[in-house]
Amino acid sequence: MNVAVVQFPGSNCDQDAFQLFARGLHLPTRYLWHKDTGLGDADLVVLPGGFSYGDYLRCGAIARFSPVMAAIREFASAGGLVFGICNGFQILCEAGLLPGALIRNASLEYRCLTCELRVEASTEAFHPGSLGAAVRLPIGHGEGNYRIDEAGLARLEANRQVLFRYAQNPNGSLGDIAGIRNERANVFGLMPHPDRAFERFHPSQDGVAVARAVLAARFPEMLRRTG
Amino acid sequence: MSAAAPSVPVPPAASAQPLPPNPDPILNQPVTPALVKKHGLLPDEFAVITRTLGRDPTLTELGIFSVMWSEHCSYKNTRLLLKGFPTEKRGPTERFGRVLVRAGEENAGIIDVGEGWAIAFKIESHNHPSALEPFEGAATGVGGIIRDIFTMGARPALLTNSLRFGELSSPATKRLLRGVVSGIAHYGNCVGVPTVAGDVYFDRSYEGNPLVNALCLGTLRHDQIRRGRATGVGNPVYYVGAATGRDGLGGAAFASRELSAESSAERAAVQKGDPFMEKLLIEACLEMMAVPGLVVGIQDMGAAGLTCSTCETASRGGAGIEIELDRVPQRETGMNSYEIMLSESQERMLVIVQRGRELEIEGIFRKWDLHAANIGTVTATGRMVVRQHGVVVADIPAPALTDEAPLYRREGREAPGAAALRAWSPAQLPDLDRRAAQAALPRLLAHPTIASKRWIYRQYDHMVQHGTVVLPGSDAGVVRLRLGDRDRFIAISNDCNGRYCYLNPHRGALIAMAECLRNLACAGARPLAMTDNLNFGNPYKPENFYQLQECVRGLAEACRHFDIPVVGGNVSLYNESPEGAIDPTPTVAVVGLIEDERHITRQFASAPDQQLVLLGGVPAELGGSQFLGLIHGLKTGDAPAVDLGAEQRLQELVLSEIAAGRVGAAHDLSEGGLLVAVSEMLFAPDRTLGARLDLVALGGSRQDALLFGESQGRVILAVRAADVPAVLAAAAAADTPAQAMGAVTGDGTLAVRTARFEAAWPVADLRRGWETSIEEAMRRPGLET
Repeated sequence: MNVAVVQFPGSNCDQDAFQLFARGLHLPTRYLWHKDTGLGDADLVVLPGGFSYGDYLRCGAIARFSPVMAAIREFASAGGLVFGICNGFQILCEAGLLPGALIRNASLEYRCLTCELRVEASTEAFHPGSLGAAVRLPIGHGEGNYRIDEAGLARLEANRQVLFRYAQNPNGSLGDIAGIRNERANVFGLMPHPDRAFERFHPSQDGVAVARAVLAARFPEMLRRTG
Repeated sequence: MSAAAPSVPVPPAASAQPLPPNPDPILNQPVTPALVKKHGLLPDEFAVITRTLGRDPTLTELGIFSVMWSEHCSYKNTRLLLKGFPTEKRGPTERFGRVLVRAGEENAGIIDVGEGWAIAFKIESHNHPSALEPFEGAATGVGGIIRDIFTMGARPALLTNSLRFGELSSPATKRLLRGVVSGIAHYGNCVGVPTVAGDVYFDRSYEGNPLVNALCLGTLRHDQIRRGRATGVGNPVYYVGAATGRDGLGGAAFASRELSAESSAERAAVQKGDPFMEKLLIEACLEMMAVPGLVVGIQDMGAAGLTCSTCETASRGGAGIEIELDRVPQRETGMNSYEIMLSESQERMLVIVQRGRELEIEGIFRKWDLHAANIGTVTATGRMVVRQHGVVVADIPAPALTDEAPLYRREGREAPGAAALRAWSPAQLPDLDRRAAQAALPRLLAHPTIASKRWIYRQYDHMVQHGTVVLPGSDAGVVRLRLGDRDRFIAISNDCNGRYCYLNPHRGALIAMAECLRNLACAGARPLAMTDNLNFGNPYKPENFYQLQECVRGLAEACRHFDIPVVGGNVSLYNESPEGAIDPTPTVAVVGLIEDERHITRQFASAPDQQLVLLGGVPAELGGSQFLGLIHGLKTGDAPAVDLGAEQRLQELVLSEIAAGRVGAAHDLSEGGLLVAVSEMLFAPDRTLGARLDLVALGGSRQDALLFGESQGRVILAVRAADVPAVLAAAAAADTPAQAMGAVTGDGTLAVRTARFEAAWPVADLRRGWETSIEEAMRRPGLET
């Protein structure tokens, strides 16, 4: 199972995401450059956090036009696993691979803190029965306030596409939404950072289980792995 | 700091002939005494310039001399003082701690941390820009210090900052605080370097002249160390990064004058930052420096921009540099040579490349969609020659701008009345009774200087790079550095109590160092090296220069005592507003190493059965305390006494008790004294405990000094009950007073018994005031927090 982490100009959690999969999950992991036009042998493509293109114009608005995004769109439509963390989530929304948008935090300030997240029954892996009722993950963003129109929200809820909700909303997100998936359950987006929750000295080690839950959408054996 | 590098004999002026006319007629006006004065140069200094050149300087050259001979670039009023700092370690350095690049040699000092790895770190101020444009001023301060680190070949791994503002009740302070914090957040968060620690004080003396000092630390292998040197005649000189504009024109000269009512008209002297460009520059430059033999020398364009980077690299390399301004990327049209040479546009670097390898560097920058412009060559002349449209517009011996800048020892004289302030005694004040004590603790905890800085640090990304171990809010920040395939844990703390330095500059400086080291000891770290930021008023006023020389004497003495080398730093003078000079603020930052991960220690009590042991005595000192300031409105008395020998014994004791596994938590006593320190130990991020203290045995002639005095050399340990005898015995063996003074409880009450009274507080109430004080002050109507 091969993991590829995309590097956009301005990505700054690329190494964090890389180490989550390489050291936290012991999976073969490599980088993809934003100018790449193919994804090679990747089974999971990760869009990391950061400030792609300085977040100029709007978060993710420029990155979605990177050459690599065409390949990722094609990969996702063929059922490939795509996981966006923080800025990666914003890019996936801008690219239309996930519904909705992320706007400025209601406080108009950046927030860095560790949040408790309620686990929703979304997939077999993103489920209180698998992950537990709650996980703790750090956030670090200025634009994590999730928005979607009423019909869109109704569809998200009806399809159980919400993965996590904040126990205490840090950014004003609609419905306390912290992360979602697409209908087909192969594209995932989270504002919180599993890539800051895997070392023994991190505030929690829940990032490993969350990363595994993403992989389990295509590779169910991940659910049974304990190492 | 300016170079103390090998200097070449200055060739005599090429000719006494004037230079040809400048392409911009404005620059051909004669250099009059009025213009010289406007450039902040003294008549004597101007005479040296004409003697060096063998002719009058052109206006472009006058601008170049004025920025290079400003305090900011030349340290002309402080360099002689700074020679007193130790720059090497005396003790053993076989495994780590050796100084690889010393203070003043390069853009930042470098320390060996073992196994072929090293750290580069430095602190720098951006006070004046932040006073005028807090957001851009603070943001570019962060950008500048990051460039100082990666220019050494190091990957930036952490940031800290040291901030000083006026009273938070003032609307002007709120505007400055909001601007500075969001500026630091904007820049640091975007470049992806975690801001892991800091210190913030609020005091009237900083009203209108806030201090914004930023520190960056980076990691590198010994063989990756790069120098800011131009060598190899014929090697091409590259300009990489952002294009040059008119922003920040003459910023260095501007930072070397007092702020006045007209200063707001100098907004153009404040730079604009682009952290995205900086992030690309970091990656492209580190990629370029990783190619063996490609880069001969590299220096960032910070203060005095293109001017400083060309003449400093030439001077350090014992060479000359010739550049053509037409090839400098420009973002505005019609810029003349004066503007291009003095611009302080951000995110620009000067790189000397090995001749014949131009395509390699250009390819790397193309990959990152950045420009790399070949703007000149290294020469053998020892001169900095600048052309525009082929016409020579400046021709100056490089060392004249750097090593040969004027040096002064100003007159220092203590302000009249200072001795009387120190002689003040609390005898005339009524001592605390129960009611007064009951009221004082919550007020102290809610004072912004003591209160939680959560409102600030939650706006900084303090977790990116996934190495932060001890989050902001404890005595020191602790970060895991991944060096090769090994983990190294370092701790960092910065400190300075300006109030002590105002009352007694020498002692205040000793305390700044002692407290910083005590913070590190409480985190389980042994100190490696120090960087300092000297923030003072106008050095031409004898009472200010006196403070400066006394503080420097104190820092040097403490560094020698503790064997801590100084690896670099920054001097910021002219910190004055119409109301007078700031309190002298020699901010120190020390980096320490934690050899065993298990020794990482926090300040938070964690279990209801822990015993609290006070190390260090209880002298009846009240001078300079926050208590005196807040409760009695006084900034008087002498700064607390310091005994460096006792400090060292205390710190060794804390470290050895931590290593023995007996310390559950350790916290240093500082602003607010004993009860504030105990309260802070109870404010763990995840729970609120209580404590029951019996201080009768501590006695103390005055209850206010006992509970809120700020005597130095003290630490509280939280230990298991069974370990108390061993801790007390170790303290006795270390000749350090120690007293078991109570226990942590689970009842959520802080209860205290003294020889005179008993008092109790619900810890949740204390915590609420402490935690929300700054948030409440900064709340914006209609916005969620």
